[in-house]
Amino acid sequence: MTQPTYPARRPVRARRHEVSIWSRLRPPFVTVLAAVLIGVPLWLVVATAGKSQGEALTPNLSWPTDWQLGQNLADVWTQGDIPAAFLGSLLVMVPAVAGVLTLGSMAAWVLARRATRLNAVLYALAISGIVLPPAVVTIVLLLRQLGLAGSSLGMIGVYMGIYLSTVIFFVTGFIRTVPISLEEAARVDGARPAVVFIRIILPVLRPVLATATILICLYVWNDVFYSFFVVGGRLDTLPLNLFQVASAGLYLNNWHLIFAYIILMSLPLLIVLAVAQRKIISGITSGAVK
Amino acid sequence: MSTVLDHATGVPTGTPPQDSARATPARARRSSAISRHTHPMWFLVPAFAILFVFFFLPTVFNFVYAFTDWSGFKSQINPVGWDNFTDLAGSGTLYASLRITIGYAVLVAVFQNLFGFALAVLLERDTRLNHLVRVLFLIPVLMSALAVGYIFQALLKPEGALNGLLSALTGADVHTAWLGSTSWTIVVVAAIHAWKWMGLSMLIYLAGFKTIPVDLVEAAHIDGASPWRAFWCIRFPLLAPAVTFNVATALLGSMNGFDIVQATTAGGPARTTEILNIFIYRTFGQGLFAQATTMSLMLFLLVALLAFPVIRFLRKREEIL
Repeated sequence: MTQPTYPARRPVRARRHEVSIWSRLRPPFVTVLAAVLIGVPLWLVVATAGKSQGEALTPNLSWPTDWQLGQNLADVWTQGDIPAAFLGSLLVMVPAVAGVLTLGSMAAWVLARRATRLNAVLYALAISGIVLPPAVVTIVLLLRQLGLAGSSLGMIGVYMGIYLSTVIFFVTGFIRTVPISLEEAARVDGARPAVVFIRIILPVLRPVLATATILICLYVWNDVFYSFFVVGGRLDTLPLNLFQVASAGLYLNNWHLIFAYIILMSLPLLIVLAVAQRKIISGITSGAVK
Repeated sequence: MSTVLDHATGVPTGTPPQDSARATPARARRSSAISRHTHPMWFLVPAFAILFVFFFLPTVFNFVYAFTDWSGFKSQINPVGWDNFTDLAGSGTLYASLRITIGYAVLVAVFQNLFGFALAVLLERDTRLNHLVRVLFLIPVLMSALAVGYIFQALLKPEGALNGLLSALTGADVHTAWLGSTSWTIVVVAAIHAWKWMGLSMLIYLAGFKTIPVDLVEAAHIDGASPWRAFWCIRFPLLAPAVTFNVATALLGSMNGFDIVQATTAGGPARTTEILNIFIYRTFGQGLFAQATTMSLMLFLLVALLAFPVIRFLRKREEIL
């Protein structure tokens, strides 16, 4: 699906000339733009994370006189509790994402297939969370009453409550495009609903679930606002610990540690992006184009 | 492209999910084939249980506790009527926070779409370089917004990297306090927010370009339309669904924003960038839970009142085209 080029059809010579200048200028322009917009901020992170505390007091783009990136990374590894935070982030993200995908798909299947008036209302309610913001303050109160305050279970529940809408919305839309005959064949063989769902529906949902997984993982992995309210100070997650390191670090002017932390925290995502860029891009956009 | 529209809107239009199925002649057969035996309602129960406990119930609580004196300083919670609202309105905080939040959301929506659209146009051709650069612009999308905020705080300090770069380029000493102006900092922070998300908008616009039939543009060329005209009169209008998606997600994302503002200015200078979530975070930290709840309710109402009309307007524009 590449863009067509029409060199032969263009009647005016001058315009053709103009276009070819632009098309020759475009690659260097794109390179410079990417270098300035992305390269400069990223270089600032790497350069500052490689400096000593004194040199990093006013973060700038200069080359570190004495590279000590390894030392800074090691420092922040212990001071920022990276292993605990990494585990904490995983402990919350994996069950939350698995939960929303499973429960969301189950609900979406019935909502998509059974067009009753009640289901229309339920569907509208279920997807309202895409637009409406969660009530962060009263969630804390509710979790206290449930005895889940500050626990990872409470955090998982809150994330599931926030992102179920997204899954139900995506999956319901997808199931509507799946021919019903697919299920009917299995039902004729006497399969029960649960079996039809697991054997027939879930495998078909793979692409849409992949998209939802990417988006929700991204949000949960990077979330600091909701986790601050629910588990702040009780459970380590990567963004929460960055928040702490930075809040203390800015006071102490420890820019080299803040940026070392940012490198360690972003590395998993960057590796995933480098390895699976095609899948990620098509995953994000497949929600947009079918 | 229909998924985009629906997702962007998320509008509970009240139409049953399978509306089209009703119109088909096979309706009778289908409704008998699909029943509570084949698609039992208990499949809905776990999802709605979670939604009820962790989403709907706290939202209902919002409407209750905004009218109490709930705080971290005493154990009792008493109803106080509209006191929280009149206090917040009386001190001017309510109006200021709402104004700042709306302004921030609009600025982000404008910037994010301008940046994303420009990038999509620039990187549209499928060359090797363009593929690489598209991936580079995805890095900020994946990064934590908090990290992005700290990077830009360092970059934009008066003696920071950007001023150093500008000084070197212009030859004069530049000492702009990019995050220190009571009137312009909100614009700078909105631009940072847009910088983080512009890669996503770019991808959506690129996907939108791909859905435009090639022969349509070709026909315009044969009819003698200039590339400029063909672009703005044919291809741009056909991007309407992508615009809807991008504007809606940018508006919603920035109205719920927190991380970037907290990491760059923490609401300052002089609280001129204190969007609703920053206020909620700050007052919650001070133990003023009822005030935080009241603002949380205001955010809920703001999004509910603003998002739906905006999305409806954008979709109406799509229908005309």
